[in-house]
Amino acid sequence: MNLFDILGPVMVGPSSSHTAGAVRIGLVARALLGQAPEEAQLLLHGSFASTGKGHGTYQALVAGLLGLAPDDARVPNSFALAQEQGLRFSFDTCQLRDAHPNSVLLHLRGREGRKLEVGASSVGGGRIRVFLLDGLPASFDGELPTLVVHNTDQPGCVSQVTGVLARQGINVAALQLNRGGRGGSAVMVLECDQPLPPSAAEEILTLPGILHVSVYTPDKEARL
Amino acid sequence: MIQFTSIAQMLQGTDGLPLWEAILESDCRSQGISRETSLERMSRLLQAMEDARRDYDPQQRSASGLVGGDGGRMARYGEGDTLCGPFFTEVMACALTMGECNACMKRIVAAPTAGACGVLPAVLLPYARHFGASREELIRALYVASGFGMILAARASISGAEGGCQAEIGSASAMAAPAVVYLQGGTPEQMAHSCAMAVKNLLGLVCDPVGGLVEVPCVKRNVIGAMNALSAAQMALAGITSRIPPDQVLDAMAEVGRALPRSLRETGTGGLAATPFARERFPREL
Repeated sequence: MNLFDILGPVMVGPSSSHTAGAVRIGLVARALLGQAPEEAQLLLHGSFASTGKGHGTYQALVAGLLGLAPDDARVPNSFALAQEQGLRFSFDTCQLRDAHPNSVLLHLRGREGRKLEVGASSVGGGRIRVFLLDGLPASFDGELPTLVVHNTDQPGCVSQVTGVLARQGINVAALQLNRGGRGGSAVMVLECDQPLPPSAAEEILTLPGILHVSVYTPDKEARL
Repeated sequence: MIQFTSIAQMLQGTDGLPLWEAILESDCRSQGISRETSLERMSRLLQAMEDARRDYDPQQRSASGLVGGDGGRMARYGEGDTLCGPFFTEVMACALTMGECNACMKRIVAAPTAGACGVLPAVLLPYARHFGASREELIRALYVASGFGMILAARASISGAEGGCQAEIGSASAMAAPAVVYLQGGTPEQMAHSCAMAVKNLLGLVCDPVGGLVEVPCVKRNVIGAMNALSAAQMALAGITSRIPPDQVLDAMAEVGRALPRSLRETGTGGLAATPFARERFPREL
């Protein structure tokens, strides 16, 4: 907790959890997709589903998917902007088990064809938590530079990825690894203390067993 | 320096610095940022508050249509003779203006929350005009406000879902009161007592938003938050103290928040949200 968690963020109203947090979920999901989304199906859970309309949650999620920041005055008009930029989207509700009341499942397809499923919650004050990636559990809040690696479950992946980071002088603050089944697909989430340069992501992508690499870089300034 | 977790500790731990500067220095150390960066950020927050007020459109209405136009009504009323006088009338108009901007999806500064975004600017911006505070002084007042806000968040809560509206409008009011005491040249002890009195006088305020939206009664509660801050500040400046020590008042606020039923903590299911009017207007929500 710091002063600027108490005062700020500058944001488009009306709710830090239902609006500002929803924009950030969209932004993180776009970064994890790694390309501009072309199609998005959004399933709202709990309070997002029941009061999202009046809170501008729908527009906020789409705004984030378009890359707008929580304080961008265009957030309320994101639907028109989506049409201009060729993003098709649809909304529905869902009931998730043991999920935070402000949660959403996003099914995304990017311009270059990549598909991604993201589950995320808005946990208060504009803070968020990603809890699901492509059907696998995850848990990170986007406060630190975050590297997400989709890989095949085989020996050596973690060591090779962390090896690249070590050579670039990047310290890992937290690491999670989850797999669908032995030898199946796995997702690695590495929250780091230093910004992740594109060269690191590119090098990791060349390693054996690595299927996809995406990077989320928090824009601290935008949150103020 | 560790982060302040009590008002008493914050007042003792200033190392001879003015309180606003001790808060600034402490936060810079804990975040690892420079003094200049911090001051620049705070200046931008002040600017965003001023911009929001300037860009207010009295014609704008919220998504539900329940909110809008009251800031303009109060400003027009203020052009003639008023009950509360020019300063308080401007404070009330500014509080309504900011609350409506938030409800209508305009840019605001969460302080400490979006729903309570009107309280601090409603006190500070009219104060600057009527009493002639400089920009630099307003920025220092924002440090005082956020220093007390950090302790409110640590000891009690700044979330309506957790602690009811006392945690949102109450906290905003308890941040604004010491900020005004600072601007008026009061002592740190007077700031602490103004914070405590502001909390005490809104203790138990429930969070009962109609339809679950940050509209009714949230917009108008920004007015009581601002007016309560000014009365608590004036009491403290007059030498009136909170009989209950300020930290104990915050602990009581935390306990009251925990004791509030779920229906009165931002679920939109109790209080004003459960009135026949609200049920008729938002049948699906209830």
